Amino acid sequence: MAVKVIKPGLSTTVQDLGRPGYYHIGIPLSGGMDRLALKAANLLVGNKEGAAVLEATFMGPELQFTEEATVAVTGAELPPKVNGEPRATWTSFKVKKGQTLSFDFLKKGARAYIAISGGIDVPVVLGSRSTYTLGALGGFKGRKLEAGDKLPVGKGRAAKEGRTIPEKLRRAPGTPAELRMLPGLYWHRITEGSGQQFFEDTWKVAPEADRIGYRFKGGKPLDFVPREAPFGAGSDPSNIVDACYPYGSIQVPSGTEPIVLHRDAVSGGGYFMLGAVISADMDLIGQLQPHTQARFVQVTMAQALKARKDRAKLIEKIRAAL
Amino acid sequence: MKTRYSYGGDEHIFVECDEEMSLDAFFKSLSITSAVKKARIKGVTEICPANASFQIKFNPDVIKPSDMLKELKAIEKAASKAKSTIKTRIIEIPVLYNDPWTHETLMRFRERHQDPKSTDIEFTARINNLDGIDGFIKAHSGAPWFVSMVGFVAGLPFLYQMVDRPRQIQSPKYLRPRTDTPKLTVGHGGCFGCIYSVRGAGGYQMFGITPMPIYDPNQKIKYLKDFMCLFKPGDIVKWKPIERAEYDETVAAVEKGKFMPRMKDVTFALDEFKQDMDGYNAKLMGALNGR
Repeated sequence: MAVKVIKPGLSTTVQDLGRPGYYHIGIPLSGGMDRLALKAANLLVGNKEGAAVLEATFMGPELQFTEEATVAVTGAELPPKVNGEPRATWTSFKVKKGQTLSFDFLKKGARAYIAISGGIDVPVVLGSRSTYTLGALGGFKGRKLEAGDKLPVGKGRAAKEGRTIPEKLRRAPGTPAELRMLPGLYWHRITEGSGQQFFEDTWKVAPEADRIGYRFKGGKPLDFVPREAPFGAGSDPSNIVDACYPYGSIQVPSGTEPIVLHRDAVSGGGYFMLGAVISADMDLIGQLQPHTQARFVQVTMAQALKARKDRAKLIEKIRAAL
Repeated sequence: MKTRYSYGGDEHIFVECDEEMSLDAFFKSLSITSAVKKARIKGVTEICPANASFQIKFNPDVIKPSDMLKELKAIEKAASKAKSTIKTRIIEIPVLYNDPWTHETLMRFRERHQDPKSTDIEFTARINNLDGIDGFIKAHSGAPWFVSMVGFVAGLPFLYQMVDRPRQIQSPKYLRPRTDTPKLTVGHGGCFGCIYSVRGAGGYQMFGITPMPIYDPNQKIKYLKDFMCLFKPGDIVKWKPIERAEYDETVAAVEKGKFMPRMKDVTFALDEFKQDMDGYNAKLMGALNGR
């Protein structure tokens, strides 16, 4: 079967759980930014957790179905409609042959995950169906969807409609969003007072926020510890000899606006990093709209691992609920 | 050289082999990462060597971060005795210096540059005491360059000039990064050269363009059929200055599937290189030119 793209939305891409193993040559993981929501959407329609879905940013697409399928929309509160009739999010529903799936305006969050029973069946490239737009790799022709595209959908055992994930198992960022981070990497480049200030400030998501990284504004500029620039680094105090960037790492070019790298990260570069957002909170970043408030919260490795376990338990509970 | 270990969140260990760039630091990173690869540690998902550092990504549900750190420290001890000799290849890359496409782009972003009145190549020639554009091209293409990292975006090589420090070209990055860089731009920032594998944002100075693709996600280009990225850390690059006519011919030959870059397998020994850089480079050039 296939799904015809009538309207593509703002930036809708095919994503699964990602493409590990090629970061050393600059090809990032890609995959859904909110992986918990992606897994939940797949479970609702009876797919494997890592099947390819559509990730729709800020705005939903309009899709026409050539065959009947079960669909679920999770993540952002982007209300789905079938031939104009409203449907609930985080709940499976049927779309019949010839019917159109469209969306109302975004109410909350930033990215919705649209799972279709059978999964989006684009070719597997380097082990994944995820789209890496910058490298024109994977997904549907290596790019975001456009009107007129015909998306292949795999054969699957369609789950029943009306399956739902209880509200208490849906994770979303608070206000302000609290992003837990483990200080490290080049943290020693800034003064102690500046480090404290970084955690005290309330930041705002800048308009430059995408799958590569999220930029934050509004906090005080950082104070650097004086140094003689190491050979090859460059003269700015925020420069380092170009190195690898961890996923979730927080770089602060010129000490002014922190950027948290995400699933389509640039794999390296010459800016120092303060540490990295913990793996358990990466999903939350994918749901932040520009201009929303966020704070960085310092944690230890033990707390980071505990948070990781808690997130895994949440997925267990979602599986059990269905 | 002091090795510094740090966690990068709960899924990465970041290791700085040295704060400053040198081929010694690069070889340390390469030998440790090769040893990590061989050790096949359960839970390791990415092994990324960089210029003077490296990074390991792992699954903390499989191996505890503290155990991963212990493993790496043990490997570092063993790898520090490794010999700095590698089997690699030298690749000739044609470059049209001072080309119209990077020129158009650099003019568009002039207000982001530290010297809006001159071009990137004129500016870099001046601050490195080189004799204008011709002097710059001579210095830039005279000696080979070492691929000391691949990344930023898919398949982009970072290149380290194989001459002693006083002769290495150095240049600051743009004051504010550009939002556009032509595909296959030959760039430079700090002491590193690069080739932009795809079109996109960038902060390096722009000197020219190569007609030879280095990344092909569709793997249609003849020499990228085995793998979509051309470069690996440890490769050696020799720039070949070309004129517009040869640029156009090469672009056409690539499209027809007739172009093959000139490359030869070579052995590189760091200690011998350090003893006589110019002599060693002459030998590498001899290998490339089949002498």
